[in-house]
Amino acid sequence: MLVEDKKQTEQKKYFRTQMRTDPDMASAVAAIRTLLEFLRRDKGETILGLRESLKWATDCLTRVDSSVAVSSGGELFLRFISLTSLEHQDLARCKKVMEERGELFLEKISLSRTKVAKLCHTFIKDGAKILTHSYSRVVLRVLEKAAAEKKRFTVYVTESQPDTAGRQMAEALRRLGVPVTVVLDAAVGYVLEKVDLVIVGAEGVVESGGIINKIGTYQMAVCSKAHNKPFYVVAESFKFVRLYPLNQQDVPDRFKYKADTLNNVSELSKEHPVIDYTPPSLITLLFTDLGVLTPSAVSDELIKLYL
Amino acid sequence: MADCGEANGPERKNEIVRAKNEEKELTKEEKQRLRKEKKQQKKQKEKKDDKGSSEKSGREKTLDPLSASQVLSTQSPTQKVPASAPIPVPPSGAPSHSSGAPSHSSSGAPSPADKPAKSKAELKAERRARQEADRASKQQGSSSSSKTKAPASDLNPVVKRLPEHVQVDDPAVVKRLAKKLERQQIPLRSDYGYKVSLFSHLHQYSRKAPLTQLLSIPSSVIHPSIVRLGLQYSQGIVTGSNARSVALLHAFKQVIMDYSTPPNEELSRDLVNKLKPYISFLNQCRPLSASMGNAIKYIKKEISNIPSQYKEEEAKTKLLECIDKYIDEKVVLAAKAISKYAIEKISDGDVILVYGCSSLVNHILCEAFDKNRKFRVIVVDSRPRLEGREALRRLVQIGISCTYVLISALSYVLPEVSKVFLGAHALLANGYVMSRVGTSQIALVARAFNVPVLVCCETYKFCERVQTDSFVSNELDDPDELMVTRKGKTQLEDWHDLSTLGLLNLVYDVTPPDFVDLVITDLGMIPCTSVPVVLRVKNVDQ
Repeated sequence: MLVEDKKQTEQKKYFRTQMRTDPDMASAVAAIRTLLEFLRRDKGETILGLRESLKWATDCLTRVDSSVAVSSGGELFLRFISLTSLEHQDLARCKKVMEERGELFLEKISLSRTKVAKLCHTFIKDGAKILTHSYSRVVLRVLEKAAAEKKRFTVYVTESQPDTAGRQMAEALRRLGVPVTVVLDAAVGYVLEKVDLVIVGAEGVVESGGIINKIGTYQMAVCSKAHNKPFYVVAESFKFVRLYPLNQQDVPDRFKYKADTLNNVSELSKEHPVIDYTPPSLITLLFTDLGVLTPSAVSDELIKLYL
Repeated sequence: MADCGEANGPERKNEIVRAKNEEKELTKEEKQRLRKEKKQQKKQKEKKDDKGSSEKSGREKTLDPLSASQVLSTQSPTQKVPASAPIPVPPSGAPSHSSGAPSHSSSGAPSPADKPAKSKAELKAERRARQEADRASKQQGSSSSSKTKAPASDLNPVVKRLPEHVQVDDPAVVKRLAKKLERQQIPLRSDYGYKVSLFSHLHQYSRKAPLTQLLSIPSSVIHPSIVRLGLQYSQGIVTGSNARSVALLHAFKQVIMDYSTPPNEELSRDLVNKLKPYISFLNQCRPLSASMGNAIKYIKKEISNIPSQYKEEEAKTKLLECIDKYIDEKVVLAAKAISKYAIEKISDGDVILVYGCSSLVNHILCEAFDKNRKFRVIVVDSRPRLEGREALRRLVQIGISCTYVLISALSYVLPEVSKVFLGAHALLANGYVMSRVGTSQIALVARAFNVPVLVCCETYKFCERVQTDSFVSNELDDPDELMVTRKGKTQLEDWHDLSTLGLLNLVYDVTPPDFVDLVITDLGMIPCTSVPVVLRVKNVDQ
């Protein structure tokens, strides 16, 4: 037990350092770096044992950061590295192969944001008014690319309580020289008649093609549908997760609240969830590094990734 | 003369467009006249331009299948349109028509009777001449005349043939079917009662006249277990997609056990031929379901893959094993896998709505109850089958608290429902769900109330067919079942006497994928639109 605890604290420290050194990195990428390091330091004797310990490590990380992306990223990492022939007799050689695959995976996903930005920026026309929700680094990257292409656009950002992450987004956009307005979460319906399109990020993309994102996204999607404005989602492919929620209540508790809340609070029903689920019928298109997908195509991609 | 045909082309086109827009219906005489005139035009065109314009003659050749009323045509509308050209002829008279038939001068309307008589001999001579020319040119290897044949034969495979059971109003098809059954020594079942016109292309049989009454005892052609199975199907003793397929497979096991290879025959070929009349017989008793179709395909494949060096006993044991394995994998284990996924979706305090009696849904609910989930069930039922009563009986027996309503009370109970679980008869390749009639109504109203609809279906019920409405292919049950006797009085007792009254007892309907939130299969939970992906993956596996 003590050994495990020690490993756990070591892991958590490594994870936190990763997050701190590069605040622009997605939490899932930091998690995968941690897992790779864990793989390197692991002293297991069998491949099955290795896999078990990686699963355990992913669990630990979700207890630090309960976002959907960490758990999906971890699972995809595990799948990717074991999706090769591990028939070598020597365990050290197998491990080396897995480590190499892990590096490859990490490389691929660090390029995914650029790919997404390249696909999405063409949908932003000159003079467009964009509405976005809370602070999303992928959306920021897309808007950076569009600005670099000399497009003129204005952005409305929701304040996004309870952590007012929207203000952070506004700051970053101001630094780019993009005219930005911060609006209240309650003013989404009011502002929608002025905007041309809505772009949001996602914490997780589920099997049905819907997304899990910061609370307030579902509202925005319903209002955009009512106003007939396109609702675009930008997400990297490691956020695809094997979940199939039917409605808001069907999302598992471990994703709904922040990790500290889950660990410390006993009465979860008194806590307010920080994410919500947007069904696929309200989403126009998803921009991922696998291409531009319609919500029904997400399931096909998931089948390819996971089966 | 020949040129005037070409020159008046654009003029003719306008009339064609007009005729198409007017959408005049073609009567039988007009169709015959059409055919004759088409032949005329073809001859003239061949005469004047033997090797050229291969498309035109190819087009005209493919116009012939038009006479069959319901052939799916992949031809463009412009190709169909020349057929309607002669329609303005009767009202408008000569000019437009004569342009198409150069053998007549521009004087008044030629009598249709003259034309065929005059050119029948000509036609024959021309045809013979053309055949000789084709044969000669084929030997030379020139492509131009074979080109005239090529587009026709290219287009032929594209025109799919409809299954016979949806062409009952076409006498040619019915005759063909009768001949086939005569060959196989199976009695033909006759249709019963007045058929509603929208469904006149389907069979409608009476329960009181089962096919087995027309068989001689002992029947030498049909194996007795198949006769029993046919009776059970037609009388409704064995119902439900899974039950029918499993019963079919058990009957086939019996057939295989009693089978002995005749001398000078190979088991792999002869057994398949033996099964064909059985399948026709069962089809006559009750149309085959999609799951039964897939099971039969599997058996036929297994039988034909038996290597010839197997001895009879070995081959038979292997086949029996295959059938057992199929039932085990596709039905029993699939049900277990589906229950595992479905139980994740049932939470405590749920109110679940089910429709009719689906063996799979009942299994899921029983398993969930065994795993101590707290939920209650609302069973929705409908006439005339009242299958919900069977489901209600099964659920109450193990202790689930249930409510029973008829489908007319659906919108009344839906506000308190949290999920709807539906079974399926088949899942079509475009994502539509084919199930018991009433299912699409439940899905529609549930969508209006924002209640999630979950369909549970094993993968062996997935079929390659595509259907967007419930009319094209369905099953008509005995219309007398709709009569109800209450307090000694039978309503609709003498419905046969009223010539304008039709009773419609549909069995299936299709639900569009927009109304279905989730499909639970043994491969996992997929959205309705991903059914073709699963079919693709399955085909790759096989």
